[in-house]
Parts: sequence; C-alpha cells; structure tokens
Amino acid sequence: MAEATRPLPRLTELDTQAFWEATADKELRYQQCGGCGKVVFYPRQHCTGCVDGALAWKISAGLGTVYTYSVVRQSYHPYFRDRVPYAIAWVDLDEGFRVLTNVVGVEDPLTDVSIGQRVRVTWEAHEDVCIPLFEPVG
Amino acid sequence: MPAKDRQAAIVGIHEYPSRAVEGLVSPLQIKAASAASALKDAGLNWSDVDAIYDAGEGGGFGGLTIADYFGIQPSVIDTTNVGGSSYEFHAAHAHRDIASGKANVALLTYGSTAHSTSTAIGVGGGGVGMHPADNLESFYGMTLISNYAMVAHRHMHDYGTTSEQLAEISTATRLHAMRNPEAVAAMTALEFLDIRETTIDDVVGSRMIADPLHLLECCMISDGGGAVVIASPEVAANCKKPPVWILGTGEATKYPTAGGDITTSAAAQSAPLAFGEAGVRADEMDVAMIYDSFSITVLTLLEDLGFCKKGEGGSWVEGGRLRFDRRGDGPALNTDGGGLSSNHPGMRGIFLLIEAARQLRGESTSQVDGARLAVAHGNGGSLGSRHSGGTVILGSD
Repeated sequence: MAEATRPLPRLTELDTQAFWEATADKELRYQQCGGCGKVVFYPRQHCTGCVDGALAWKISAGLGTVYTYSVVRQSYHPYFRDRVPYAIAWVDLDEGFRVLTNVVGVEDPLTDVSIGQRVRVTWEAHEDVCIPLFEPVG
Repeated sequence: MPAKDRQAAIVGIHEYPSRAVEGLVSPLQIKAASAASALKDAGLNWSDVDAIYDAGEGGGFGGLTIADYFGIQPSVIDTTNVGGSSYEFHAAHAHRDIASGKANVALLTYGSTAHSTSTAIGVGGGGVGMHPADNLESFYGMTLISNYAMVAHRHMHDYGTTSEQLAEISTATRLHAMRNPEAVAAMTALEFLDIRETTIDDVVGSRMIADPLHLLECCMISDGGGAVVIASPEVAANCKKPPVWILGTGEATKYPTAGGDITTSAAAQSAPLAFGEAGVRADEMDVAMIYDSFSITVLTLLEDLGFCKKGEGGSWVEGGRLRFDRRGDGPALNTDGGGLSSNHPGMRGIFLLIEAARQLRGESTSQVDGARLAVAHGNGGSLGSRHSGGTVILGSD
C-alpha cells in the first residue's frame, strides 16, 4: 500500500490558482488593492475594501508571528494520524494577512511553540506545488 | 409583556429520543416523526403548517424536498443553512414571517444519523476545494477540535483563562445530563465509559485531544433530531401548551481577518440585536441554552452574549455558577445535558430552542424554579475560523 501523503491543493480552483502556482518558486503571495490599499487574503478576484479597486499580487517576506496554535494529539486522517503530536497555527504575516499552517522544525511542539513566537516560512516541496509551513526564527 | 412582543410563539416541541438508531431510521424519517410529535404537542395537524424552514440536511432541495416528503403545501419556504445554528436563524425568520402576516404556523425540523453512519460532523457539506479558503486551509491536519482549541489557547494567553475554569462548563452540563433520562440513555447507547457526575479533576485529567482541550470538553457524536412549531398569537391561543414567545432575534457571521480577535465570536454582533429587540438584558436570563460543541464555545459565547465582560468568563463560571440549582447570580446552562452529554448529531441548534421552551413551560428535568426568560444561542460552522451566530430570546407569559 502506498504511503499516505499530505493532502494537496486543487490547482484548478480559480481564486487560489495563482497563489499555488507561485509556490513552485517558493513565493508566498498575497493581494493588495491598488485603489484603497486593502490587503486581501485568501486570494479573490474582487477587493473586499472597495468596489472598483484592482488587486495586485505581492510577495510576502515570509516573516510572521504565531497568533494562536494547538498541538493535535489525535487525528483520524491517514497522513496526519502518524504525525501526532503536531502543531497547527494561525500565523500573522508582517504584511498584514493571517494564514493557517503548521509550525515545524521544533524538537517538541508541546514545549517549543508559543503564541507571539516569531516564525519564518519554509517550504515542503511536492510535484507541482510547495506547501508553506513555518518554523521559529533563530 | 407588551403586545408587540407577542408576535410569534413556540407552541410545539419534540426531541427524537434515540441517539443511536443503528441504520434502522433515516434522517428524513427522524424529521417526519419529530414533526408529527411536535404538531401533536401543539394540538395541530400537518394541514395547519403554512411555512417550512429546513437546512437541507435531509438531502435534496431543502424546503422543496421536505414539503413533498411531509405532504404539505407551505406558502413560505426557507432553506437557510448556516451550520448548527441554522435553527436559531429559522426561528428568527419564522418570527419575522409570522409578524409580517405571511405565515401562521411554521415548522422547523432536524434529523441526522451522524453516529450510525460515522459521518464527520462540523465540517460542512462540501469537500476540499469547494471554497477558495478550503483550498488554502485543508492541508495542515486541522481537526475540528484543534480549530476550537486555537480559540481556547488565545483566550488563555490573553486573559489567563485556565483549563479548570473551562471544565466548569463540562461539569455543570454533565450534572444536568445525569438528571435527564434521555441523556443517560444516550451516553449508554454511545458507550460512554464512565457515566456519572464529573468533577473538575475528571475533566482536566481526561485525555488531551488537541491542546488545550481535553476529551471531556468535547461533544459527543450522536444520531437524533427534533422539531419545533412556531405560531401566531391567534393560533397559539388555541394550542395545548402555554406559548413560549420569541421576544428578539439576532444573526451574524464571523471569519478570519487580519488582526482579528479569535476570542470574539459572531455572538458579539447578534446578541445586542436580539437583546435590544427583546428589551431585556443578559443578567435577566433564567436559562442559557448555548451551543456546546466544546467548553471554549460556551465560555466565548457567554462573554459575547453579555453575561460578563470579554476575558472574564473564566472566573465568572467558577464555583458551579451555571448549575440549575444555583439561583440569583447567573443562568442555568444547557439543562438538558447539552451536546457534551446528551445530544449532538452535528447541528444541535434545534435542541437549544427545545430545551429553552421546556424550561419556560416548566417541563425540564433540571427545572429552574419560575423560569420566565431564556436565551438560545447557536454557533454554526467553526468557532476558530468561519462561523455563524444566531441569538433568540424567549419568554413565557
């Protein structure tokens, strides 16, 4: 039996397509309105701040702060159940958007992840996309 | 109570008794059996129903499918589905539709076999990629519990809330469940290992599922369902049971935003609307039926409903304040045993209305003496990401 793998995004989903395509080049993209300046995330075609703004793609520096997290002890998912305990987190990027992710690169997620912790994006490579994960800075 | 507050009342209720139907009953059959019993409770018949409210969880086209299945011809059809709080939204819409003269008898039903069919609950109807946000967030192993646990973690970080304080919600709810024979039967049918009143130590000593939430802070997954009949004052006057008036309602949504506060829910928006319309305050509530998917859901909602200030919920619930037999300093919480210990087939909002109505009729197994006012608040979707909030204020004559 093939080993279970992390579930992967649909590259045909129209709002998020460009986001995922950019991950192949390890770019963490977000959108900002050229009219009103609103940062938009998850990606969309319309600005949520004004009705006539055009959204431009920007590339994040990939630095942020753990807003909150949980360490998952029990999962029934064929991939994740063998990886408990692992940290799931909402991370606030410095450019002003919030992403769901895993905090990785720690010895023990139970003690080594914290709210307010500075983190940096790191990429898990797959065939057509890279999945953005985050690890503590320094 | 002024006449303008008497625009629509709950006149019939039924909670489907079985929590484990083992493939012998379908969700549609649960809905129909519950509807018939609720109509009977009111002294009404199928032919009296002129408005149908349906979340579509039975399949097909919601209000269309269910009207056909029930064999009724309603002239108001509402298929609102905003997750587990759909029934608070349905009650709000029924109140509005009856007050406007569009309807006289509204029927709300729910049926689910989530336990028997091992259906994942709390995850919505769609699959990965159905919504653009899902196509960003579905790859990190966020279990439903960890979604809520992230709210709890931030609440603890910002306000010093403790697991012992969150456990108060579980212990009060279990106390009420042990007094409710249907809840005890449910825990038995679902093979709970240790069916008894719990202590704070029991809860914080139970297995950690997703930090900081323990097993005994999580709801069950059951089968079940129920029905609620809401009617105009003219109809209510001739029903078998005393009317339970809908005094005010509020609706809202909440989703992740940059810099947003995960510890504040949609209830912060819906509750002032509901209490404002009803002209009453949270501290006047005798009973609080609050969606208890997890302990943190209740703590967050108690604050957002205005029982205490944001961040003070932990100390506010201490000392068994939420027990039905503690009067004078707070409402009785989830007196049926809640989703934690009685009934959670996936969308438990209808049970909040049913038990609130029981309390205001004097029919609860953990009856609050002289209960006159109750709030039912449903939270649909997921507290830690995107969710809906529906608040309904109810009062007896």
